[in-house]
Order: sequence, then structure tokens, then C-alpha cells
Amino acid sequence: MDDVTPFLVLSAILFSIGCVGVLTRRNAIVVFMCVELMLNASNLALVAFAKHHGNLEGQVAAFFVMVVAAAEVVVGLAIIMTIFRSRRSASVDDASLLKY
Amino acid sequence: MIAFWVLAPVMVIAALGILFVRKAVHAALLLAVVMISLAMLYAALEAPFLFAVQIIVYTGAIMMLFLFVLMLVGVDASDSVVETIRGQRVLAVVVGGIFAVLLGVIVGQAGIGTAVGLGAANEGGNIEGLAEVLFSQYVLAFEATAALLITAALGAMVLAHRERLVPRETQADRAAARVRAYGEHGDHLGPLAAPGVYARHNAVDTPALLPDGSPAEQSVPTVISNRGTGRPSPSYRDVDRVVGQLQSRRDDQDPATDTVVEGSGSAARGEDA
Repeated sequence: MDDVTPFLVLSAILFSIGCVGVLTRRNAIVVFMCVELMLNASNLALVAFAKHHGNLEGQVAAFFVMVVAAAEVVVGLAIIMTIFRSRRSASVDDASLLKY
Repeated sequence: MIAFWVLAPVMVIAALGILFVRKAVHAALLLAVVMISLAMLYAALEAPFLFAVQIIVYTGAIMMLFLFVLMLVGVDASDSVVETIRGQRVLAVVVGGIFAVLLGVIVGQAGIGTAVGLGAANEGGNIEGLAEVLFSQYVLAFEATAALLITAALGAMVLAHRERLVPRETQADRAAARVRAYGEHGDHLGPLAAPGVYARHNAVDTPALLPDGSPAEQSVPTVISNRGTGRPSPSYRDVDRVVGQLQSRRDDQDPATDTVVEGSGSAARGEDA
């Protein structure tokens, strides 16, 4: 328990998986889940660095990330619901009206 | 460190699963696995408060919100496999892999050395220590999150609120519309037939049989027919097959035996009399 490097590597892996998920998935809800995964990965890095440096500011930052993530999820899911209600689809490719 | 080496493969596999599963519900469950494992890692990283918050807020509140929205949007809303931009998926995986390797190499090369540990910072208790930092140095940010949460709650209410454009339909309206449909197109006035009536299987996915033997498609719940899990009316074919078997047995028998059967029948009747 003296080195936090494995935690940081795991955080990097999870963040990359989240990135790929955002780029490849079509369902808006799953895309959103991948964004959550990226936020969680960054939280893990913050908590690991808090332990590394021996002060609690990293944990406070992770706490703030959680608060912001909660607010973001509420608004984001409400937007997805509204889009689904008007277009009967939760696919991110269907909302392409601005293209034309 | 044992907790890490046990949980890390589980988390990576679950996170990769999110990329590959077709159904959004499965992705949500896999994400819950990742989040609970993360909570345990927080406990291993001397962050008991974040351990509790991770479970309560993320797996408790946020994942439930996801599942609620999935329920409203429809569980069967699975991803399409059609690529809108050609080669985007492959490129995304390649770039993501390069990104992961880059981050990993940076972290590995950095050689950040041994951790100080939170023993000193957590001396008076982790929650007390966090509160001291939160309510002194970050008190303004903390106040701002209050405004943020209120804005988010209001925003969700505004977005989810549906303006009623037409007056609410009452039971009398519905009855009048039904009678009007009957008068104009001759639609069925009464309630729909229950599934499985006169069919061979008394199941909700089996359409009822009308008196002429044809299946009543409307008797199957629309959810089942939309999902495509209903039987396409095998009961109808069953009836056909049974009738066909009876017919073929009849054709196999020659007219002589037929009359004999009939004769014996009448004889039996005669005996009864």
C-alpha cells in the first residue's frame, strides 16, 4: 500500500473505455452511462492522489465531482426524456435536424 | 492491495461489457458493478466517506435514475448496429486504445514514488477532516453547489413537464368516440377478446380464435406484438392440422367401413332405445 500507480493505471483504463463508449454507442442513455464511467475514473484518480499527497483536498474534489455528476445526470436524463417524447427514439443519430 | 487486484479485473471486464452488450439495461447493471467496486477501492484508499457517498449517490440514486428513464424510454430500445459514419467504430477503438496506452505509459513513467498516506490527515476522523477542508477553504464552492442542485432540480422539472395541449379525455368522451367509430367503420363496440380464448394455449401471447377459426390479432397485448415475442398464431395452424388429420383419416377409410361405423352407431342407438 505504498504506491498508488496501479490505481492511476486502472483509472486511465476506465477513462479510455468510457471515451470509446461515448464514441461508439448510439443509445443516448448508454452514452450517458459512459460519461458517468469517465467521471468515476477521474474520481478514482483524485482519491488516489489524495492518498499519495497525504491531504484531503483530492477527496473534496471527488466529492464535488459527485455533486456535479448528480446534477448533470438529472438534467441530461430529462433532456433525453424530452427528445424521446418528441421523436420516439433515444438514438443520438436520430436528432440530426440541424444538419439539413 | 489484495482488494485492488481482485476488483480491478472485475471492473475492467464490466466496463468493457458496457461497450459490447446490446441492451441498455445490461449496460446499467454492469455500470453498477463498476461503481460498487469503485466504492470498495475508495475504502481501500482510506476514504470511508466517499465509500459511503459512492454507494448512496451513484449506485443508489444515479443508477436508479438511469433505470427509471430506461423504463420510461422502453427496455427494448437497443442500439442499432448501423454505422452512420463509415469506419468510425474502428477508428474510435484504435484511438481509444492509443489513448489508454499513452495514459498508462505516462503514469508508469512518472515514477511518483511512495504515497504519504492519509494516516495523519485522517487522524481526527475522515469526515471531520473533510468537513474542515470543505467548510473553510471550499465553502464558496460548496455554496455554489447548492445553487447548482436547485437549478438542476428546476431544470429537470421544466424539461419533464408536459404542457396539456388538448383537454383531458374523460370516460364519456371515450365512450362517444367508440360509438362513433362503430357508426362510421363498424368497429367492434365491446371489449377486446381475451387472449387464448378457444385457442390451444391459454397464454397471453396466443391470439384468441374467432368463431370462424381465424386468430383475433387484437386480443394479444400490443406490448407483446410490438416486441415480436408473441406467437404468430400457431393455434390457428394447430386447428388446421387437427382438421387436416381428421380429414385424412376420413379419406383413408373406404366408404364401406364408413357406413359400417355409421351402421354400428345407429345399431348402438337402437339398442339404447
